[in-house]
Amino acid sequence: MTRRSDTAITPDASASASASASASARPLLDVRDVRKTYHLPRGQTLKAVDGISLSVMPGEVLGLVGESGCGKSTLGRCLLRLTDVSSGEILFEGQDITALKERALRPLRQQMQMVFQDSYASLNPRRRIGDLLAEPLRVHPDPDGRKRSRATITARLHELMDLVSLPVSALERYAHEFSGGQRQRINIARALALSPRLVVADEPVSALDVSVQAQIVNLFADLQARLGLTYVFIAHDLAVVRQISTSVAVMYLGAVVELGETDAVLHSPAHPYSAALTAAVPRPVVGAARAAPLGGDIPSPVARPAGCRFHTRCPFVQDRCRVEEPALHVIEPGHSVACHFPLAEG
Amino acid sequence: MPAETIPMLPAPLLEVRDLCVSFPSRGRMIPIVEHVSFTLGERDILGLVGESGSGKSVTAMALMGLIDSPGVQITGSALFRGQELVGLAQKQLLRLRGSEIAMIFQDPMTAFTPVYTIGWQIDEQIRAHERLSRKQARARTVELLADMGVPDPARTADRYPHQLSGGLRQRAMIAMALSCNPSLLIADEPTTALDVTVQAQILDLIRSLRSTYGSSVLLITHDMGVVAETCDTTLVLYSGRVAETGPTDALFAHPGHPYTAALLASIPPLDGPRPHRLPAIAGAPPAPLERPAGCAFAPRCSYAHETCRDAPPPLVPLVPAGQAGQAGQAGQNTGAQSAANIQQQSAQFAACVLPAEGTLLLPRLLEADTAMSSPGGIILGLSDQGIQPMLSSAGEPPL
Repeated sequence: MTRRSDTAITPDASASASASASASARPLLDVRDVRKTYHLPRGQTLKAVDGISLSVMPGEVLGLVGESGCGKSTLGRCLLRLTDVSSGEILFEGQDITALKERALRPLRQQMQMVFQDSYASLNPRRRIGDLLAEPLRVHPDPDGRKRSRATITARLHELMDLVSLPVSALERYAHEFSGGQRQRINIARALALSPRLVVADEPVSALDVSVQAQIVNLFADLQARLGLTYVFIAHDLAVVRQISTSVAVMYLGAVVELGETDAVLHSPAHPYSAALTAAVPRPVVGAARAAPLGGDIPSPVARPAGCRFHTRCPFVQDRCRVEEPALHVIEPGHSVACHFPLAEG
Repeated sequence: MPAETIPMLPAPLLEVRDLCVSFPSRGRMIPIVEHVSFTLGERDILGLVGESGSGKSVTAMALMGLIDSPGVQITGSALFRGQELVGLAQKQLLRLRGSEIAMIFQDPMTAFTPVYTIGWQIDEQIRAHERLSRKQARARTVELLADMGVPDPARTADRYPHQLSGGLRQRAMIAMALSCNPSLLIADEPTTALDVTVQAQILDLIRSLRSTYGSSVLLITHDMGVVAETCDTTLVLYSGRVAETGPTDALFAHPGHPYTAALLASIPPLDGPRPHRLPAIAGAPPAPLERPAGCAFAPRCSYAHETCRDAPPPLVPLVPAGQAGQAGQAGQNTGAQSAANIQQQSAQFAACVLPAEGTLLLPRLLEADTAMSSPGGIILGLSDQGIQPMLSSAGEPPL
């Protein structure tokens, strides 16, 4: 295994990771050393996102996984500039969105949309679904810069209901009249109203029951194939991420510790944390051998360990890990890891 | 529906028969839990699994006598060491709760009061049931916390709930629940709020309780993975009714109820080939008032036919591998003797008309020999026993 000292996955490597997904060589989303620091009382700082670089090619589905507090949601919000970054660049089709003024950003907002975890909190309970879904269509002009007519909007709403397999009659109803799965379909329909290119989905299925979750995961996959969408799919459930993603970024305490194609990261993880995370998921199979669980808790992001951020829990920790922070480096084409001693191919 | 006769284990700790819980709403009674029966033996771990609204938490709350909403109707029987829990006076319940039956909840943050230290709260619980001095109680608390794997237990006891991580809070809550050495621990989604690496630690701890504390555990969860890893016996609830029950290994290897089979199939796999699409179950579970007259799962079931829609199907035994031939006979002749014989030998029951009609579901498709190894010496695979089909489907048309 060759080791290079690149701080980020190289454009070549990321392109080869998704070569099948797109003919275009330019990433849709290019994240360069993004940081988001929160200043707490008593001079403490919380580095929610601590220098992340990655890129997402058009048509790719990037799964962002990690445990609570790892910064995956903060990163997701930064990608859409729902949260301003502290430093770094986020290029959407080559344009840095971190520097844009709100007015200049508005046309880009149509291109990138978000689906949230809580399907109920995301829908105004006092407005009809049709009204909620029409709002983005009323706010944003059509691609020719003209205001959409009422008839165009109605036609689009019917299209959207069809896309997410809901009856048109749903448009006349209120959020509370739907089940969790149906509400999430409505949220997806709203996110798709303006035909975005990028959808950031933050734990979109984790509040759903398993039998319903499968329907929504399938819907995400169908829509992606049908509309050529690009997703950043944030989830803590590795099985769901594996089902939908072409590549996976594993996050721990604000940083990406491993990045690569889904099967490479989940089946031959190079970072001990990715390996432990995969092994810790209970399999619905009796008699599946279990690994000894990782000890300890995730350290507080306010008091991040020096050196490798994972060294306090790592079963393979060495002296070097306690002092020197490993950079994310390429270990094979399309597969990078931030570890001084990456695990050998299983 | 009549109570099902499930073979008696020697001296069960908890025997629940025909438990029904209904809540009044707008002048009528809404049945939330209908005819739930199960037996929990000493040092057993029973998994109560189901989706939200399936009645798993209400079942546990009814057992603990924690449902006090006006007009609630609880019928049936729950014998704990021979003592009837249903309808037991609050005064007697108070004596049982905490000392004999303890409960832990999903969210340890709301289960502890934020204004006292963890140690103070555990001390108080011990002193409520036993005559101990503060000092003695604290010594026990510290010992319990240490047993639960809490680092630096003496100092942790002096901390407030908000100062601890989720995993430590859950450990502290288990310590509190075990403080009076209860014989039954009811754990309601104990790991749902935890991260997966911490969940693995807590599940290890729960599994170890039966040897260290001799406790039986009633584990309530929605996660089939947690059940497979933790429970000896599994009870699958669907819309307030028992869909299937049996030894965990048998039930997971060869689900007898189409709901169990479909639920297991809809979980995205983490190992092996990635399916192009997940076999999702269409629709959603019915609301209690919209529960169909027949099988509650029938509207979503791909095997549903006329007989499913008349009345809720009773729990019928599925037959262990050796007796497959007899099962076919029993299905056709329904000879009282052979049926009784099977009832004694089988431990897996499904509330479905298919077994009685002689139609058997196929065993779960699992790749037996795809034992995968991942770095760090972690071997993921299946034991031989895990994939042994419980039912012989020879001669049956595949469904």
